[in-house]
Amino acid sequence: MAVRIQVVPPRPKRGEIVEIRVLIQHNMETGYRTDMVGGVIPRNCINVFSCRYNGAEVFRADLSPGISANPLLQFHTVAEASGELEFSWMDDRGKQDSERARIAVSE
Amino acid sequence: MIRPAAVWFVAAALAGPGIAAGGQERHIALGDLKSGIAFSSRDIRAMQEDDFSNPAMLWVEKGAKLWAAGARSCASCHGEAEKSMRGVATRYPAIDRGSGRLLSLGDRIMQCRSERQGAPALRHESDELLSLTALVAHQSRGMPIGVSIEGPARPHFEAGREFFFRRIGQVDIACTHCHDANWGKTLFAETISQGHPNAFPIYRTEWQTAGSIERRLRACLSGIRAEMLPYGAPEYRDLELYLAWRAQGLPIETPGVRR
Repeated sequence: MAVRIQVVPPRPKRGEIVEIRVLIQHNMETGYRTDMVGGVIPRNCINVFSCRYNGAEVFRADLSPGISANPLLQFHTVAEASGELEFSWMDDRGKQDSERARIAVSE
Repeated sequence: MIRPAAVWFVAAALAGPGIAAGGQERHIALGDLKSGIAFSSRDIRAMQEDDFSNPAMLWVEKGAKLWAAGARSCASCHGEAEKSMRGVATRYPAIDRGSGRLLSLGDRIMQCRSERQGAPALRHESDELLSLTALVAHQSRGMPIGVSIEGPARPHFEAGREFFFRRIGQVDIACTHCHDANWGKTLFAETISQGHPNAFPIYRTEWQTAGSIERRLRACLSGIRAEMLPYGAPEYRDLELYLAWRAQGLPIETPGVRR
């Protein structure tokens, strides 16, 4: 499972609003599709995603089958201090995944 | 619509072999070649242009991991893909000197795995194969397609061309009727493209995943209610070679996004 993370701008000033973009490879199975022999393919979506910035949660999303496969999430936060962004998510099968990214804030 | 185009096509096809010595009849002049992205909506174009939001880059990224994985990794022979694989995809499909077979880029990767790496075979359309193919083809982004149709490739090229012009399926049309005679016009809600293979593997929003040119060709066959040949069928390779020749000079876009 691949994931891509981008912080725009990459080196923000303190107090600047940054955009965080996360692209997660996941097939977001809707639960409405059937396989070749007519059986229902069970739903398997990422159902929760959260982003913590130096330990404090700054963004959380509940995802559902209306969201495309390989979802792209974009949100904003204020660059307060250099540190770490931690992204974590879980799908319907209970598979958890996480990824970290550094954020470097200039004065 | 189809009939006058068909008459025109028969005339053109008859004229074709006459000038085979110096080159082939081109139904779309080299100057009029347009990548499929030119027929896509603004949203799709924006998705492909932004390397971050282009979901197909997930496969390229995964390909880079696979490239370096294992004891006899791709990297252990070929080094950095960025250098060693530059321009490689522009030459495929190509004849394999050893076996004399026409191989697509995916076939070559599979062959390398089985003969040199001793790695387990990959399924057609598996994430691993698509990822490696995307990684290799991505290194040729911006470079023009330039396949060879001479020597042992010639019969494959002829077979591919024959396929392109043969009426098939319940709808009883050939590739040429859409992609030579009617490109730029609409088919229901779609704009018909020229059918160039310059962005594969592509991420198709309809598929919600990445796919190979074979999968795309199967979609075309299904659309005209023709028999879908199995993955790996030599007919696809021949057709790919004809398509690549037909798109000669178009820059590779891999990984592309299409609707």
